[in-house]
Amino acid sequence: MSGVRVLAGTRKGAFVLTSDGTRKQWNVSGPHFAGWEIYHVKGSPADPGRLYASQSSGWSGQVIQRSDDGGATWAPVGNQFTYQGTTGTHQWYDGTPHPWEFARVWHLEPSLDDPDVVYAGVEDAGLFRTDDGGQSWQELPKLRGHESGSSWQPGAGGMCLHTILLDPAQQGRMFTAISAAGAFRSDDAGQTWRPINKGLQSEGIPDPDAEVGHCVHRLAMHPSRPDVLFMQKHWDVMRSDNGGESWREISGNLPSDFGFPIDVHAHEPDTIYVVPITSDAEHFPPEGKLRVYRSRTGGDDWEPLTTGLPQENCYVNVLRDAMAVDTLDSCGIYFGTTGGQVYASADSGDSWAPIVRDLPAVLSVEVQTLP
Amino acid sequence: MIRVVLPAHLRTLARITGEVHLDITGPVTQRSVLDALEARYPMLRGTIRGHDGGPRRAFIRFFACEEDLSHEPPDDPLPDAVTAGTEPYLVVGAMAGG
Repeated sequence: MSGVRVLAGTRKGAFVLTSDGTRKQWNVSGPHFAGWEIYHVKGSPADPGRLYASQSSGWSGQVIQRSDDGGATWAPVGNQFTYQGTTGTHQWYDGTPHPWEFARVWHLEPSLDDPDVVYAGVEDAGLFRTDDGGQSWQELPKLRGHESGSSWQPGAGGMCLHTILLDPAQQGRMFTAISAAGAFRSDDAGQTWRPINKGLQSEGIPDPDAEVGHCVHRLAMHPSRPDVLFMQKHWDVMRSDNGGESWREISGNLPSDFGFPIDVHAHEPDTIYVVPITSDAEHFPPEGKLRVYRSRTGGDDWEPLTTGLPQENCYVNVLRDAMAVDTLDSCGIYFGTTGGQVYASADSGDSWAPIVRDLPAVLSVEVQTLP
Repeated sequence: MIRVVLPAHLRTLARITGEVHLDITGPVTQRSVLDALEARYPMLRGTIRGHDGGPRRAFIRFFACEEDLSHEPPDDPLPDAVTAGTEPYLVVGAMAGG
């Protein structure tokens, strides 16, 4: 029987949660790398046994871990992330120039067809790639070296490259997002980049046509329709129908259009999910009710999904990398909270149940659908 | 024989239990001890100091013989008691950083 493997990164370790296709009974393994911050764990689409984890700490910096057996055992691989060429500066919070400094890996995106190839999005914002299963990492420097790079400023969480989407249809096309620079697209496997932020409106930017400076929180794409992108911005939920050339707002009837994650149903390209958060200052759900909102129309028209989720006194957050979907026939949706819960729905969000309730704050959630 | 004690999170990373014992030919300095440590346990590269012998990470300290050596030049000789193996060289996670 098919099953799923949920990979949860937390403030104090990684957890591997497994179930059969019913997704009712769960086995919990962990903490792996106890005491370390695990920003992200993700499996290779080409080899589900191959996992990569970003492990870091304030004491000892960055470590990358790799598993070749689905998370049963792990071994550290290369952890040297050196910016290529002249390091240069970006803007600091006060507007002064600040040298690029590597802090950590936020996101690991394995290649769609080669388990040894992985992209890493890092803070301060840069994109790295390994071709040898993580033993060595090389920067794709033209993104950080974009002519606008010296004007980028960090968001409150740091200047992180947190989203990497690989286009399954068009070889070499990829999308990234940086807080708080915006979204970028490459059509040549990362050799050159351009901002794709037309149509974004950000109240903190005086120029309504600003090419960069937008605090994009997350991008999502359905693999069958990669020209359609969805975005959760600092404020506003957005949609592009032309590979990011232009964007329009689809926040519609959401109770708040602030939030972090956004994801797409595995089998319905116009069914999307967000978790509204009250505001940039109040990082918890409106009215203390944890609600996932689903649109079956590609945006604008949203319905709250509440069955099984706390509807009073809930003041957790759901971070940008902490939502994922499986590809079983009845699509499963998963998300983790800063309160340490990982919730699962085996019916496209109609009903929810916690897999675990008391993990450290959850930073990321990914899921693998297993044969 | 040089004795090195690592903080728990680095012992776990390197799969070490107890002290590390290193044999060093030539001058016994902080740099030569860390070079030998990283040669035996490559996964520790970048976690104590920068890659390729770079500066000490901000929240890591080096102690020996009840002295804080963190700010001492890395090529200065370590105390005789460390060189003789009667006292360990301590790599310590500072009380900050996580």
